[in-house]
Order: sequence, then structure tokens, then C-alpha cells
Amino acid sequence: MRESQFQEPNRFFLNMGPQHPSTHGVLLVVLEMDGEYVLDPQPVLGFIHRMHEKMGESRPCQGFMPNTARMDYVCALPYNHGYVSLIERKAGIEVPKRAEYIRVITSELNRVASHLLWLGAYLLDLGAFTPILYGFDDREHILDILEDVTGSRLTYCYYRFGGVYRDIDDKFVEATRAFIKRLRKRYDIYEKLVTKNIIFIKRAENIGIISPDMAIRYGITGPNLRGSGIAYDIRKNEPYSVYPEFDFEVPVGERGDCLDRYMVRVREMEQSLRIVEQALDTLPDGPVRSKVPKKIKLAPGDCNFAVEAARGELSYYLVGDGTSVPYRLKIRVPSYSNLSCLPELGEGILLPDLVSIMGSLDLVIPEIDR
Amino acid sequence: MKRYFSDLFVGGKSLVDGLVVTLKALCQPMVTVQYPREEIDITPNFRGHIDLVLDPEKNTFRCIACGMCERSCPSECIQIKGKKVEGKKKKTLSLFTLDFTKCSLCGTCVEICPTQALEFSNEYNLAAFSREAFHYDILKRLEERII
Amino acid sequence: MEIISTLPPELIRMVFAVIIIISFIFLNAIMMGYLERKIAGHVQRRPGPMEVGSHGILQLVVDGVKLVGKELLVPVNVDRTLFRLGPILSFTPVILPLLVIPFSEKLQARDLNLGLLFIVSMTSINVMAILVAGWGSNNKYSMFGAMRAVAQSIAYEIPILLSMLAVVLMANTFSLKEIVGAQQKIWFILLQPLAFIIYIISGVAETNRAPFDLPEAESELTAGFHTEYSGMGFSLFFLGEYTNMFTVASVATVLFLGGWHGPTLPYGEYLGIVWFFLKVYFLLFFMIMIRWTYPRVRFDQLLNFAWKYLVPFSLVNILITAVVIKL
Repeated sequence: MRESQFQEPNRFFLNMGPQHPSTHGVLLVVLEMDGEYVLDPQPVLGFIHRMHEKMGESRPCQGFMPNTARMDYVCALPYNHGYVSLIERKAGIEVPKRAEYIRVITSELNRVASHLLWLGAYLLDLGAFTPILYGFDDREHILDILEDVTGSRLTYCYYRFGGVYRDIDDKFVEATRAFIKRLRKRYDIYEKLVTKNIIFIKRAENIGIISPDMAIRYGITGPNLRGSGIAYDIRKNEPYSVYPEFDFEVPVGERGDCLDRYMVRVREMEQSLRIVEQALDTLPDGPVRSKVPKKIKLAPGDCNFAVEAARGELSYYLVGDGTSVPYRLKIRVPSYSNLSCLPELGEGILLPDLVSIMGSLDLVIPEIDR
Repeated sequence: MKRYFSDLFVGGKSLVDGLVVTLKALCQPMVTVQYPREEIDITPNFRGHIDLVLDPEKNTFRCIACGMCERSCPSECIQIKGKKVEGKKKKTLSLFTLDFTKCSLCGTCVEICPTQALEFSNEYNLAAFSREAFHYDILKRLEERII
Repeated sequence: MEIISTLPPELIRMVFAVIIIISFIFLNAIMMGYLERKIAGHVQRRPGPMEVGSHGILQLVVDGVKLVGKELLVPVNVDRTLFRLGPILSFTPVILPLLVIPFSEKLQARDLNLGLLFIVSMTSINVMAILVAGWGSNNKYSMFGAMRAVAQSIAYEIPILLSMLAVVLMANTFSLKEIVGAQQKIWFILLQPLAFIIYIISGVAETNRAPFDLPEAESELTAGFHTEYSGMGFSLFFLGEYTNMFTVASVATVLFLGGWHGPTLPYGEYLGIVWFFLKVYFLLFFMIMIRWTYPRVRFDQLLNFAWKYLVPFSLVNILITAVVIKL
């Protein structure tokens, strides 16, 4: 495709992936290199495309529920959340207050789990082996808590149209509070081992700077956007569920480099814990599921619902045609837009920096391909 | 020049701090278990593959072979057949199979069942050499439990 | 028997020493591999190898058997000679430095009066092996690893030499035995702390260990220079790496930690080896801990660190040492 560039004597192409340790899944990045300098990284997608959108258009809307968890398996509950809320908005289904609270609590726990895993994976990209196992140690507690109520550990299918699948009990509340206490104690370890580490800072500071203008141009969302200094969070800017009832901050960075994106995620974990705490304190009583017709008819016309997933804005767009099968289902996933800035970000940098940048963007490849 | 020395001292201290963290962890007890030798208790709410509920009163299944689960399954992994038995009005269950390789554990079948005849099993140590090993005959599994 | 008696006794001595050292190299690699995995495990709050033997003590033996049993895969389009030569080059020179290291007062294969220089020259052959392996593999990732190794080795050889020179100035000799002898009263680590720190940092970099493991850098270069190697070729690189670590640690012990000196033991001239080994393995433990704690530095940062910090500091150190000794 770029035949003419082969004329340059020092330039060559390097295939990074699809089986490269730091592409986190089956992503291929074709790098045009000059020595160790990356001139033009081009991501090649589609290795794990599973036609989730088409599946959503070929079966009644209940049948798509398990699929939602399999796009971004690291942070599956916001994906559940977006889809059930979409159908609820479309079909006008009321959700009991307690169910919304439970959705928020579990989604935020899932977000913390996702950020913990990201932290470890990013440090693994930078060559530190230990933080990922400390992250897993903490994450495992969240998975245990969520497993007890949702029944699964990773690909949850917990929310239902008009509520949630199972009510939470005192054991859940107790375990969650214990976990919040535990994670707050563990911040110190992460700070000493990672955040303050001079090698880490040197690898992340001033690397891969995304300017606010560039972030908007590419449609970057989530912690990556907030790292560039734009306080845009769906939970605040386009509130859904019961998020307006909670008091939390939207952490932002200043420069938009890898270190800022790291700090934003670390601070977001604390904010998520705050939301969970408040939700547990004010958890209302009542039913967790409202009556929903067995066959949900999707009226003609379109409908959109956006949620804040761990990686950014996730939005479902649906067009109904009066049957229970969606006529069109479009899913806007955050990682796809976040990855799209890579060719511009990765121009003229060193290969290790490219690895650092890709790690800091927090890409989940099955989500990009869906 | 100031940056030169501050990098050295602050950086050096951060490296020592990091080493203290790992040295402490070295002396702390392990958090993992030796999996095949030890196992962690799994929560009773765990959703494994489906099983038929054993009705303690009737000492058999509750299933009425209505086929709701078969129709509701998004992955079409359940197969049910009922047959007429002499002396009974309704059909009785004669075949209930689950293709677990396709199942995504969404739980729709358990929820939709009008007689609460399905439950989740608690089995998670699932491994086999062939695909066919996961084509479960749920009815047979229940019959084994009756005895 | 008659033939043996006609041979010069020095030759017999050397042959025995080489045999003992080669067998020790394998033993050391097995121990280090086990220690590395166990320490890594416990640092990460998990047990490490547990299945083969009590607490997994035979794990490395089994791994070794597996590696020996594997096919020596030579990919197409590689330079066959260089590809085969790489592991051998990496393994052979690491034996030689151990010949001049005084494990105890009377346990030394050969005391060269230029022993220190001999060790430095032998350990720097290692980079040749990496270059040959990376070049011969005909793989872009291996090539990166090889190029990095060369630049890194050149940058770090200088601070190593300069920090050694400070000790040589103090002891007034290049012979390792006499350097240890000069530390009878006080270890040089107390007189030369800066040189010791510089030596250890450069030593870690010289052995290509994390956080300076750039030639391997698995998250960037998959496995760097040994991406294409399997079986015994791969394990020879491992042997080389662990033996290099041992050499670096024992030179540090000789230069800074007083070699075999320690509380008096019976048969001290032989059993000094106990103290020697304790010190060496303490240093190795430290090197392993470092690997499982820090992220990897970037390539240019590594060179910057060598040229901006280590070289000036070691030059200043030598200058001060020289002035103080002259006074």
C-alpha cells in the first residue's frame, strides 16, 4: 500500500501482533520503522470480530443480554447497564429505585476491578511483573463479592429489563464495606511501588501527549479524555440511573500524557468507592424487579442510551420496527475511538514509548472488534 | 542542575521505598491456594450449567415439558421432548439435553420456567477432551440423583 | 597412572578446576532458577513452584530435562552458522572468569596478576554472543535486542571499569587474591561506598537483568535476542545469564565485601568459601529482588543514566581516591 516508502533504505515494516505480549489480545499494529523509531503505526482490526451487533438484530432483545457482557469482558456490568437501560427507555419500563441503586453499586465495583486490572497490565507493559499480581489480589475480592450476587465472575448477565436478577443481602453489604476499607489501606502499596517510582514516572511522564483538541477530534472518551483535562463524564454530563444523587468528583489531568491518564484512573477508583459507600448508606428498601411483559415490543423509531463504562462513553443506538427484534442495533464502544488516535500519537516515537502509550490507552480488543 | 540532583535523591528514595514494599510482601503469607490440592468453597449462588430440580415430595422432576426454556434460550442449546404416557393427560418429559458448549449462562431458562423446574448446578471444574462431553443429558443426570 | 605422573601437576590441577567449575555452573543455574522463581512467587504472595519434589525443589531439574529433550529448531532463512554459534559463545566465556576468582585463601584455580582485567575482558565477550544470536536469527525483534545489547554493554563497561579502578588504587594490585588480602582489616565497601553502588548498578545492567533487561524486554521485543531459540540453545543463554550474575556478584564480593574474610572458621583457608558464598548469594538475592520490583527503563534513559550519572560520579570518585591515597 505504501510501496514508494520502501525506497527509503533505512525504513522497514514491523508487525507488532497479533500475538505480541503488549497488544493485549489479537490486535495487529503494522509499524513503519526507522531503527527503533516508529514512523507510522497503523492498527489492523478485525481479528476477533464476532458480529455482536448483527446478533442483536437477529433475536428478541432479551436474547442479546449475554452478548453485552462479552464485548468488554473486563468491565461487563456497565455494558449490561447500557443495554437494559436502552430497552427500558424504548419500551417505557419503570425500574424500582432499589434496583437502580444495586446497578450503580455493582457497576462501580466492576469499574474498580477494571482499573485494578488495567494498572497491573500497564505496569506489565512497562516491565514490572509484581503490580499485576497485587492488582489481581484486590480484584479477586471484588470478583468474589460480585460472584456471590450475580452468579458469575467475569461475563456477568446480572441486570434484567426492569430490575436486577437477584437482590443483594447483608452479606454483600458487609463484604463490600470490608473491601472498601481494604483497598484504601492498599493505596499505600501502589503508591510506593508504582506511582512514586522514578522509573515508572520517567516512562510515563510527557509520553503520548493527547491535547484536548486532539482528544475531541478523535472522539476519545473516558479516563483518556479526562487525562487531557476535559472533565467530561457521562455520569455527570448526561446523568443516568441514580448517579445525580451521589456526590463524587471527576478527576482530570493537566498535560494529557500517560502519567495523567494513570493518575486519573487511580483517582477514579477512589471516587467509585465513594459512590459505592454513599449508595450503601442510602440503599432504599423495596422490590428489585418490576413487572415486565414477556415479549417486549420495540415501537418504531430510534432510541439512544449512553453510559460511562470503565474505558469511556459506551452508547447503544437502537431502531425498532414494532416487533420484539431490533431493526438496527449500533454499539459505540469507547476503545475503538481511543485506539484511533494511535497513528497520530505514535509518530516519530521510540518503540518502548509506543508500548507505554498503548498500555495507557487501556484497550480491550474484543470490545473494539465486537 | 537542580533537577539533576533532585532526580537522583528523590528517585533513589522511591526505588528504596519500592524495594521495601516487595521485601515486606516476601515475608507475608500467601494469598493463593494450590488449586488441584486445595479448593476454595464456591458460593451457593454460583451459576453453573442448568440441572433439573429434584422435587422432594414427588421424588422426580417438576418439568412439564412445556418447552418455554427451549424457546427462550438465545443460543438454542436446550432440546426438550415430551411424550404421552398412558393414563396421564399431559405430556411427560422424555428428553432434556443441554449443549453446554453453546450456553452463555444467562439464566433466562431458569427464570422463565413456569414450574421452577430448573436450577443452576454448582459445578465449575469442567474439563474434557472432546466437545461431546459437554452435551449433557440433563434428564439422565437427574435420574442418577434419584437413586 | 604413569601417564598422569608424567603430566605437569599444574595441568592436572587446571583440568580438575575446570571440571568442578563447569559442574558448579550447572548447579548454580539450577539453584538460581529455583531461587528466582521462589522469590518471585513469594514477592507476589504466591508459592512459586510446588509440584515437583518437596516445595518444587526438583522443578528446575525437570525443566532442564525438558529443554534438553526439545528439538533444536533452526528456522529457515537464518544464518545457520551464527545461529548455532550464539548459544555456544554465550556459554563458553562465562566459565573462564571463575578460574581466577579466589573462593577461599587456597581455593583458586589460578591467581593471575592481572586477574581483574582478565575477568572484565572475558565477561565482555558475552555481548558478542548476544549480537551474533540476534543478527543470526534474521528476526527484526532479535535484531533490536542485539543492537540494544551492544550499546548497553559499551555504556556500562566504562563505569564498571572506573569503579573497579578505585579499588585497584586502594589495593595497589590487579590480582584478586591480593585485593582480598588487602581487606583483612576493613572491607572496601566502607571506604568506597560510591564505587560499590556504581558497580552493582552497572553489574545489573551488564548482565542484562531487569530493570535493564532491554535486549530481552519481553513486553516490547517478545523475547529479544533469543526469540527464535528453543531447547538447549535457549537454556545455554539462561546458563550464561545466571553464571554472569554469579561472576558479577563474586567480583563484587572480592572487591568490596572482603572476599573470604569473616568470623574465623576451622580450616579457615578452605572454609572461607562459606563466607564467600554467603556474601555472593546475598548479592544475588538483592539482584533478584530488584528484578521483581521495578519497571523496565527505556533505552535512551539507560544510556543517559550511564553517561550522565554513573560515569561522572565514578570519575569524581577515582579522583578523590587518588588524591586521598597520595596524601
